[in-house]
Amino acid sequence: MPSALVEKYFRADKLPQIWCPGCGHGIVTRAIAAAIEKAGLDKDKVCVVSGIGCSSRAPGYLDFNTLHTTHGRALAFATGVKLAHPELKVIVITGDGDCTAIGGNHFIHACRRNIGITTILYNNNIYGMTGGQYSPTTPKFEKGTTAPYGNIDKAFDVCNLASSAGATYVGRSTAYHAALLTSLVQNGLNNDGFSLIEAISGCPTYYGRKNKKGDAVNMMEWYKNHAVNIAAASKMTPEALEGKFLIGEFKNSPEPEYTSEYQKIIDRMKKER
Amino acid sequence: MKRKHRLMQGNEACVEGAIAAGMKFYAGYPITPSTEIAEISAEKLPLVGGKFIQMEDEIAGMAAIIGASLTGLKSMTATSGPGFSLKQENIGYAAIAEIPCVIVNVQRGGPSTGLPTSPAQGDVMQARWGTHGDHPIIALTPSSVRETFDLTVRAFNLTEKYRVPVILLMDEVIGHMREKVELPDPSELTIIDRKRPTCSSEDYLPFMPEADLVPPMADFCTGYRYHVTGLIHDETGFPSNSYQVADQLIRRLMDKIEMHKEDIITWEEENTEDAEILLLAYGCTARAAKAAVKALRSKGVKVGFFRPITIWPFPEERVRELAEKVKTIVVPEMNLGQLVLEVERLCNNVTKVERVNKINGEIIYPEEIIRKVEEVL
Ligand SMILES: Cc1ncc(C[n+]2csc(CCOP(=O)(O)OP(=O)(O)O)c2C)c(N)n1
Ligand code: SF4
Repeated sequence: MPSALVEKYFRADKLPQIWCPGCGHGIVTRAIAAAIEKAGLDKDKVCVVSGIGCSSRAPGYLDFNTLHTTHGRALAFATGVKLAHPELKVIVITGDGDCTAIGGNHFIHACRRNIGITTILYNNNIYGMTGGQYSPTTPKFEKGTTAPYGNIDKAFDVCNLASSAGATYVGRSTAYHAALLTSLVQNGLNNDGFSLIEAISGCPTYYGRKNKKGDAVNMMEWYKNHAVNIAAASKMTPEALEGKFLIGEFKNSPEPEYTSEYQKIIDRMKKER
Repeated sequence: MKRKHRLMQGNEACVEGAIAAGMKFYAGYPITPSTEIAEISAEKLPLVGGKFIQMEDEIAGMAAIIGASLTGLKSMTATSGPGFSLKQENIGYAAIAEIPCVIVNVQRGGPSTGLPTSPAQGDVMQARWGTHGDHPIIALTPSSVRETFDLTVRAFNLTEKYRVPVILLMDEVIGHMREKVELPDPSELTIIDRKRPTCSSEDYLPFMPEADLVPPMADFCTGYRYHVTGLIHDETGFPSNSYQVADQLIRRLMDKIEMHKEDIITWEEENTEDAEILLLAYGCTARAAKAAVKALRSKGVKVGFFRPITIWPFPEERVRELAEKVKTIVVPEMNLGQLVLEVERLCNNVTKVERVNKINGEIIYPEEIIRKVEEVL
């Protein structure tokens, strides 16, 4: 029996989804639905936009106005939707490859404009859909099908990237920490400007297998044991933080939102004429 | 409204036409010789409650106008050569997802950065086949400032009516040239808006065509919750792997053009009744061809003039008819022979086809066309 949440927000007739057993993307998608429920949004006024990738297939399962676009371009399409109709809640679902490789330029500029889009980046550290090539978030020395001897690229920290590019709400969680993920997405939805929530999501099929991370359960355990909430981290020694990564809310500093600034121009010109 | 004559550039006439047609959204990236279209849109749109945004590149500009159009706003972008190349992937998206939009390409010399400030007509085939896969497209080519206004209005009307991306294929000469024009009163214009569904949201199938092969389009986020994708999809809008669905969708998209080609295709012709030689030209080159016809006629040469205004779909039937009547068709164009390939195909070695080509960034002069005609006489 599907839960009430699934019943309300998912297109039940499109399930089961295409994702592999153990993929983190389903948990992340459910957490987004839970955040929308908590934020109390009107389904008809929510537009969910995605690019191309396993993660970008999520909108097809969600019962909103859903737009599955081209690889890397979700934020550019979403910018058109949001600027055309600022009253809409625009959510972008994207992958690490989609958002930070081919879509990297759109990403930094959407952050810079502080346009009211809540972006959830499903980071599985690999290109899942095309079969396991390394991405801009594959850790150095780890493997992908196109990095058979280990990846020599340095990985992006997508939260730092978003913060320095101008996003006004930034946070990170994992598929294991679903409750935290839901609250970060909810806060992101409440921020008028650009929000980036990084959701670390396991791809046992490619990233896990290529890098000997074990099965889906082992990967979840790894997130559980290595994630440290930023609130707790301040009280920990550098030694205790060795090998760990941070989750939680990294930035919450509202600034004027792009489409409302544009509206001010329209209003001002109306008065002046 | 009082009529007034104005001295105006082609690029400005394009924006005037777009606003008259109801443009409410522009997204783009500056590039010579199209930049004035962005600048004037930035100035005018907020005054009519519309939106302008300068995106980070042309890919994003194309994406943003699709997003805006989906919510119901009439949308346009403008570019030239390198930017037109960048827009191609999302032009394909607009074609398969049937999102109305107008793409202006003020052609300059290519390939690559080429000749940024010089005219060319090298993007004729790219306008037709620039994005991958079989896809429908409409392309219109103005050859004067006033016609730029009219064809921009028409571009919006066609894209709204058929849900096919429409390319306004200008060139640097037409874009930058100033002419005295009298713009029509808005009340004289026919403005077409896309069909919207009349059924309830429960009964709405977003990609179910009506008899004209065009599905009614609901503005996004107005209660008709649906899915849009660039994947092959069925009438529900959701992806499908069925061979039959793929076949039907692509054929329907192409048939939208085929079924309505009489409405879509327009051309201009002069002196064709008794013509033995036909000059077939478009864009700024058509102006030189027209001058050549005048000069040759005054010398008693039986030469006619044909100008496709819609170049895609190409006015095949009329050109085939004319080809049967004349001995030679001369096709001057500022490339090494692109639209002439269509003419040659239609003539099928029966009528002689002669080319006048120029790719050095200079326009083709009437004398060059006259010389070619005298050669073939
Ligand atoms: C222009 C373009 N280039 C390449 C591809 C092939 N492609 C599809 S998905 C993908 C990578 C997706 O990776 P990511 O965004 O990390 O999502 P995931 O599948 O891992 O969830 C690639 C390279 C494409 N569809 N379009
Ligand atoms: S390939 Fe990886 S990311 Fe894609 S569905 Fe399978 S587990 Fe998930």
